[in-house]
Amino acid sequence: MPTLNTRVNGTSVSKQIEASTLLVDLLRDQLHLTGTHVGCDTSQCGACVVHLDGRAVKSCTVLALQAEGRDVTTIENLAAADGTLHPLQEAFRKHHALQCGFCTPGMLMACAALLDDNPDPSEAEVRAGLEGNICRCTGYQNIVSAVRDAAKQMRA
Amino acid sequence: MYAFNYQCPQALAEAVSAFTAADDATWLAGGQTLVPVLKQHLAMPSDLIDLASIAELKGISVAGNRLSIGAMTCHAEVAGSPHVRGHIPALAELAGMIGDPHVRNRGTLGGSIANNDPAADYPAALLALDAVVHTNKRQIAADAFFTDLFETALDEGELILRVDFPLADKAAYEKFANPASRYAVVGVFAACTGNVSRIAVTGAGPCVFRADAMEQALNSSFTAAAIAGITADPEGLNSDMHASAVYRAHLIGVLAGRAINAANARGNGQ
Ligand SMILES: Cc1cc2nc3c(=O)[nH]c(=O)nc-3n(C[C@H](O)[C@H](O)[C@H](O)COP(=O)(O)OP(=O)(O)OC[C@H]3O[C@@H](n4cnc5c(N)ncnc54)[C@H](O)[C@@H]3O)c2cc1C
Ligand code: FES
Ligand code: FES
Repeated sequence: MPTLNTRVNGTSVSKQIEASTLLVDLLRDQLHLTGTHVGCDTSQCGACVVHLDGRAVKSCTVLALQAEGRDVTTIENLAAADGTLHPLQEAFRKHHALQCGFCTPGMLMACAALLDDNPDPSEAEVRAGLEGNICRCTGYQNIVSAVRDAAKQMRA
Repeated sequence: MYAFNYQCPQALAEAVSAFTAADDATWLAGGQTLVPVLKQHLAMPSDLIDLASIAELKGISVAGNRLSIGAMTCHAEVAGSPHVRGHIPALAELAGMIGDPHVRNRGTLGGSIANNDPAADYPAALLALDAVVHTNKRQIAADAFFTDLFETALDEGELILRVDFPLADKAAYEKFANPASRYAVVGVFAACTGNVSRIAVTGAGPCVFRADAMEQALNSSFTAAAIAGITADPEGLNSDMHASAVYRAHLIGVLAGRAINAANARGNGQ
């Protein structure tokens, strides 16, 4: 079995894995980082979004071996070490931007990447930025409000 | 999934020999088509040869009147590139309309055209801009590259290195996107250089094609008015749950008109 050397949430990981292991399965099944969800098998829902070298990717559509030598960041790393919520998490809570919460980890990671690229997105830009994330219960209105509010807090 | 071998060669020659040595190898670019295909066992290659570390497949450059984009360049990089935005803004816009941000961070130019999905965006740009595909064996004009549904002129194991796009005087892409997948229900790329116009249509048929009658009408005047009387023939176009062939034929005319207007609004020098 090939050996994978990568970093997950800042910690070095060295593991023998099957070449066919998906990044999401490495995270969930082997590293027990179960915050990253799987909501589909067609690469469409975005519940599995993590950051690979700072860019949002669908971890169900990346082989774990493609993360060799790279930095993977998951939802578990979004809040501060002392548990202080990220402004996006705070805003999602305040604006009721989640209901069942299944899509939320992917939404948050997608939104965090969006705000890295664009600290002051318009409503249309937030909606375009979330084209790869599907929510089946809350609806998108509150998510968009939360992202714009978080962006404002983060710019302050 | 199923068991396969994975290699990530650091050099072009090494990649080619790894491909040849394997039983049944497949190139792996960003995996945005291939990984779903493997998951569903629609293909079961014995070996994946990852192209991610090969320098020759990377980068965007401009020389003379050609914009050159490496096969492994992801859609987000094309969409954000000052070279592409400055020289062929329609191409940057097209790349920015592919799928969603996460797909654009992984999906590549080479993977998209090698796959030749009938609803993919890049094939329309290559065809309308009269681009040339450079492989490890030869150069292939876009007109000869896209041959049929998910089929290209590539031989088994032939590797796309880069695509050279001639700089058009004016160009624009208009797509009627499927709201769920973002793939093109119909997409039309219009380009004009000197008095030569090229109109390429994706999404509508089994494979990207040029709208010959429109091109002829446009050669004397690159305006939406020049094609106003031309209707596309629904015969042979795709008909599915998203749109009928008749509706797709109608969209070709609408989107071609919009693309020509957008190209003219952008004007010479873009
Ligand atoms: C949710 C979703 C939405 C999408 N929406 C759109 C859309 O709106 N428009 C659109 O155009 N596309 C869309 N795509 C496809 C996307 O653009 C990918 O770029 C495309 O699927 C190819 O993926 P890839 O570059 O990662 O190649 P891979 O999946 O790695 O490879 C695809 C194929 O190309 C071959 N290949 C790869 N590189 C080379 C090379 N250099 N030389 C020879 N062969 C090669 C591989 O062997 C494989 O057969 C979407 C994909 C997803 C998952
Ligand atoms: S699980 Fe749905 S896109 Fe990854
Ligand atoms: S909160 Fe339930 S799917 Fe989004």
